Amino acid sequence: MDAHGSSHEGVGHVMRRRVLFRVLAALLVLTYITVAVTSFDFGRWNLVVAMAIAVVKASLVVMFFMHLKYDKPFNGMILIVSLALVALFIVIALDDTRHYQHNVIPGYAPEIKANTQ
Amino acid sequence: MSDPAHAPHLQHHFETPQQQFDAGKLGIWLFLATEILLFGGLFCAYAIYRANHPEIFVYAHQFLNKYWGGTNTVILLCSSLTMAWAVRAAQLGERRLLIVLLSLTLLGAMGFLGIKYVEYKEKWEHGLLWGARYAPHVEGHGAEEPPLTKAPPPPAPAAAAPPGGFVVERSAIRPAAPGPEGTVIAAEEQEEHLEAAGIHRRPANVQIFFSIYFLMTGLHGIHVLIGMGAIVWILVRSIRGDFGPQYFTPVDFVGLYWHLVDLIWIFLFPLLYLIH
Repeated sequence: MDAHGSSHEGVGHVMRRRVLFRVLAALLVLTYITVAVTSFDFGRWNLVVAMAIAVVKASLVVMFFMHLKYDKPFNGMILIVSLALVALFIVIALDDTRHYQHNVIPGYAPEIKANTQ
Repeated sequence: MSDPAHAPHLQHHFETPQQQFDAGKLGIWLFLATEILLFGGLFCAYAIYRANHPEIFVYAHQFLNKYWGGTNTVILLCSSLTMAWAVRAAQLGERRLLIVLLSLTLLGAMGFLGIKYVEYKEKWEHGLLWGARYAPHVEGHGAEEPPLTKAPPPPAPAAAAPPGGFVVERSAIRPAAPGPEGTVIAAEEQEEHLEAAGIHRRPANVQIFFSIYFLMTGLHGIHVLIGMGAIVWILVRSIRGDFGPQYFTPVDFVGLYWHLVDLIWIFLFPLLYLIH
């Protein structure tokens, strides 16, 4: 049976088997890399490197395993909007906590005004 | 495409199988969006605690075994492949292959939860639990130290060098106002005093990490369980021979859910296990 979507008589897109296996290979290689890089220290960039690899892996899963590359663009838009909302939530909450956190950690914000007089 | 009017699975309120499929897919993507928002709340909690208490995360992640976590990542990725392949088999009407692939996916899910059980059991035995249940008793850690459910003592004056068992919060947050000279010592200096005294230090409030760890991996684990239920359902239906090129929608949609479970784990693994 021909594997390609264009000749498929039903609905939806049929993934080629070869593509599926290549995506898995890429995902496994990226997993190995993300574990291996923990033996190097990039300082502030550690988190960025780990997250960049995770985003690439997630994109591969979404595009090929979840067929989004061949899907209606509207479905992709739903995904992007939900991710954007989560990002907005995290960024605003982080910015908020930055403004008062130094006052709420016990024992770490000595207020010794009385002694200064 | 065959005559849509005779497609046995076409509901009366849809005109074509394609329209029915697209509508269902839109619904599943909307559901996945709500799932992302649900986990988004936990990722936000993670981000805030990690931003304000990085020392807790750096300290606590050593109690997670990154090889178990890595193995689980590989298992989930492979089960994602068998699921995506199963969708293909359903679309092409390869019934026997579909049954084999769904069974393999189920096996992967069981393997994942099996490893998760081993990990949770280890944490449980060592008292590395959430919130007030946090009572560590790991060899070389914690035994000689006071319990950490209380707030750490305020920075001590330099003269009173702390005796054994002193716990220092090494927060990245600077003190709000510097004290008058001589009354408060700098964090780095305090660190040196402790090292000179040979005191094994541990940050305060480590239980925050384990609360977040159990919430995130626990909610993810529940999703794996629900996914397994859904896979069993389509496995039974595929054995019955329900699916073919004209009708494979449930396989496709369960597949999308299963890939989302995989997606969440792709982020949880580096965030929890690979901190350095």
